[in-house]
Amino acid sequence: MKVTKYVITSSESDILPSDIAMKIYGSKYDVNVKETCFGVMVNGEEEVVDALVKDIRALDPAGIFIKDRGFPPGDPRRCRGHRGGGARPGFYMIESESKMLPMISRALASGGEVTAIPEKKKPLLPSRLEEIIKEDLS
Amino acid sequence: MSKVIVYPPTSMILSDLVERMGHKALVVPERVRELVTANDVQSPPLNVTPEEPKKGLRYAAVDVPSGVRGRMALIGPLIEEAEAAIIVEDPGWLTGCAGCSRTNELVRLLIRTKGIPVLDLNYPTDDAQAKVFVQKIRAFLEGLK
Repeated sequence: MKVTKYVITSSESDILPSDIAMKIYGSKYDVNVKETCFGVMVNGEEEVVDALVKDIRALDPAGIFIKDRGFPPGDPRRCRGHRGGGARPGFYMIESESKMLPMISRALASGGEVTAIPEKKKPLLPSRLEEIIKEDLS
Repeated sequence: MSKVIVYPPTSMILSDLVERMGHKALVVPERVRELVTANDVQSPPLNVTPEEPKKGLRYAAVDVPSGVRGRMALIGPLIEEAEAAIIVEDPGWLTGCAGCSRTNELVRLLIRTKGIPVLDLNYPTDDAQAKVFVQKIRAFLEGLK
C-alpha cells in the first residue's frame, strides 16, 4: 500500500528541506518527493518510505520529525492550487506544533536526567493573610 | 511494541515521539488514507459514504450531530485498537477533523473509560517543561514494553 509521510525539520535544525530532498533524489529509493517550506512529503510503498524515513532521520535525529499524511502529495482534493489558494486544513496543526519543535528538539538532544521544575508559588489565601495580620497586631 | 493512541489525534509531535520510541502511534491520517486512496471511490471526492456516520453510531447516539458521528467513525476504531494513550489537554488550536469540541470530549471520555494506561500532559511552553514533557513520554512508553 502506498503511504505518504511528512518529514518536518525544526527551525533550529541545520538540515534544510532542500537537503532532505537532495538526499532522496540521490538515494536508491523509488519514491515521489514534494518539497515544502517546512519539510518534504514522501510518497511511496510503505516499506520503502519507512526505510527512507529512517535514513533521513539519521541526518539530525533530534531535529527531524515524521508525521503521517492521508492524502498523496498534490492530490487535487487537498492541493491548494486546485482549491483557490489558502492553506490546506491540516497545515494549521503543523504550523502550531512547528513553533514548539525547537524546544522538543533541544529536549530530545539533551537526553539525560531532567531537573524537576519548581512548583509555582500559590497565592496566599485570604484566611492566612488575616491570620498574619492578627499575629502582627497582637 | 504497543499501539498508542495520541490526543490530539493529528499531533505531529506526539505521533513522532511514540514512533521514535519504538511503538505504533494510532493517528487519524492512517484512517483518512484508507478512505481516500481506496481503489473504489464510491462517494467522491473524499469517499465518505452514508455508512461512515452509521459506524459512528457505535459511539454516539442517533440524535448526536452527524459531524460527531462521522468523526467517531474515524477515531472510534482507533480507540478500540489502542493499548495505551497519551492525552495532551486542549491546546486551543485544534482544527480540521480534530476541531470538534464535542467529539474531543467523547474521545477523551472513551479513552479514559477503556481502562488502558493513560498519560496526561500539557504542551510545554519553555525548555524546562519540554524536557519534562519528553522525559514523561519516554518513561511512560518504556513502561509499556
